[in-house]
Amino acid sequence: MQTKVENNKAWFLVLPVFIIVAFSAIIPLMTVVNYSVQDIFDQNTSYFVGVEWFKQVMLDSRLHDALIRQFIFSFTILLIEIPLGIGVALMMPTKGRSASLCLILVALPLLIPWNVVGTIWQIFGREDIGLFGAFMSFIGVDYNYASNPIDAWSTVVLMDVWHWTPLVALLCYSGLRAIPEMYYQAARIDRASRWAVFRYIQLPKLTSVLIIGVLLRFMDSFMIYTEPFVLTGGGPGSSTTFLSQALVQQAIGQFDLGPAAAFSLVYFLIILLVCWVFYTTIMNNQKDK
Amino acid sequence: MSLTLQNVSRVVDGETWIDNVNLTLEPGSFNVLLGRTLSGKTTLMRLMAGLDRPNTGKILMNGVDVTGMAVRERNISMVYQQFINYPNLSVYENIASPLRLAKIAKNEIDKRVRETAEMLRIDPFLDRLPLQLSGGQQQRTAMARALVKDSQIILFDEPLVNLDYKLREELRQELRALFKARNCIAVYATTEPNEALALGGNTAVMHEGKLLQMGPTAEVYHQPKDIITAEMFSEPPINVVPGRVSENEVTFDETVHFQLNSDLRQLTPGQYQFGVRASHIGLVPHSDDDLELPVKVDLAEISGSETFLHVHNPHFDLVLHLSGVHEYQVDQDIKVYFPTHKLYAFDSQGKMVHSPARMRD
Repeated sequence: MQTKVENNKAWFLVLPVFIIVAFSAIIPLMTVVNYSVQDIFDQNTSYFVGVEWFKQVMLDSRLHDALIRQFIFSFTILLIEIPLGIGVALMMPTKGRSASLCLILVALPLLIPWNVVGTIWQIFGREDIGLFGAFMSFIGVDYNYASNPIDAWSTVVLMDVWHWTPLVALLCYSGLRAIPEMYYQAARIDRASRWAVFRYIQLPKLTSVLIIGVLLRFMDSFMIYTEPFVLTGGGPGSSTTFLSQALVQQAIGQFDLGPAAAFSLVYFLIILLVCWVFYTTIMNNQKDK
Repeated sequence: MSLTLQNVSRVVDGETWIDNVNLTLEPGSFNVLLGRTLSGKTTLMRLMAGLDRPNTGKILMNGVDVTGMAVRERNISMVYQQFINYPNLSVYENIASPLRLAKIAKNEIDKRVRETAEMLRIDPFLDRLPLQLSGGQQQRTAMARALVKDSQIILFDEPLVNLDYKLREELRQELRALFKARNCIAVYATTEPNEALALGGNTAVMHEGKLLQMGPTAEVYHQPKDIITAEMFSEPPINVVPGRVSENEVTFDETVHFQLNSDLRQLTPGQYQFGVRASHIGLVPHSDDDLELPVKVDLAEISGSETFLHVHNPHFDLVLHLSGVHEYQVDQDIKVYFPTHKLYAFDSQGKMVHSPARMRD
């Protein structure tokens, strides 16, 4: 029989990581958990309310609406940004000066802060002083993001596509550059069509960067706050009020810290769950093959 | 179907990658392109395949000019140093892919895929993905893809480099056997002289974009046209010692000289470069006219069960290729035996003017 010798020194080696994770994730999260189960009136008066806030949050129709809006928004931008990003990456030149120039041009929107993106489009879309707004009225389209929910929606989607498609494009571009030239040669020798090259060489080789791209874009778009806030403040009405904005309205606008904390946790779990489901499905698919 | 390259050159960014190459490959022949890295082997293959176009010169297939013809219209296959397969298609689909693109009937595809897979001994793995196979099996899959479609030319660009030694020998043997029955042109690029010798067929020695010499492998090995060819086609490179031929003797320097033997008597007096293969110098005399040379050891390089012994005397360096493992101290004084009847002689231009009469052993 072999006996396992325990070496407790190992705990010391794990300790730094434990401390970092504690301060960066666990302690802040636990504060929120603490709020979410109490009703707080002032510093000295608070009551334990159990899952009361969670019940309230789950039944709140405003939040339901925001959640549905949020999912529609995230899926819309994923459906646009992923194929568009792949397309842009495929069209980008691979060598020489034009390649570096293209990279810089494509990466440019990524360098602009969120609130500036909101402001840019807010002005850009105005009929009186904005190029885009003026253009729309010139071609006879009645476009007004401040009063028409569909216009507001499409502007927010357009903003996000403009801002973040470059990220997908850059990820794909790097993925494409990692494919050895031999694959393309072999395909030419096989007389494979352009579509076959994409379907059987480029796309499979892009899978891993696309997983990262989809996860990043999903998480990020699920937390969108600044752009619609700057553009219309979540309006017109509540048509562009997404989850994070609903949360802020509740926490800061109404100072309902308990429900807001419960809501934060639910919000966090939704993102975690969706990403986990997506990731495991993809990974299982890959394994099956 | 024969392939002819006429005065083919390729210049890229002002650098000559292929310099005026002329060669003809016959159907059913196995041709080895031998040369060091950057000697132009891959570039020449790309020209043969039609992946690149020559800047000058013509490429003929069966006498028909195909210089400008795109690779898609030519019937060729290529196997690379890297294991190139479609990553998300099964081994079966990978092998079938060129046939599917050629729009061949389903049952015919199935038959040929299974035949080829069996030939390359990957038939148990037809349902797997390439990445679930070992390196050797992945390369077999790539080879099966190249062999399945009955190409007129099959190009192998150092296909065995990324495999381990044992696997390389095994696959090399099989490859040679596979081509015995075929009537296509096989071209095989390698950097290793020993691989060229093991493969047989024809060998074309390349150096700095030039085709130095082409012919049956053994002939090129035994009768190299010039000093560079001899150096390229020997591992370790042939020893070259400058010497002078006078009325009745050969002098390497004042202390080392020997009587002209019947072999060398035809050389006119003058300066020559003498070449002697590393494996022909011995630690014991093999015949009466071997020249005894006192030398100092620089390095004993042991490779497998062979030893490359680097030695020098005051005037020149030599490398000995010994079988077995021999250990020596640096600067140890030893005697080696220089075979005076196994010498190549090259003139001042490097052209071979004398080769040793073939030994009977």
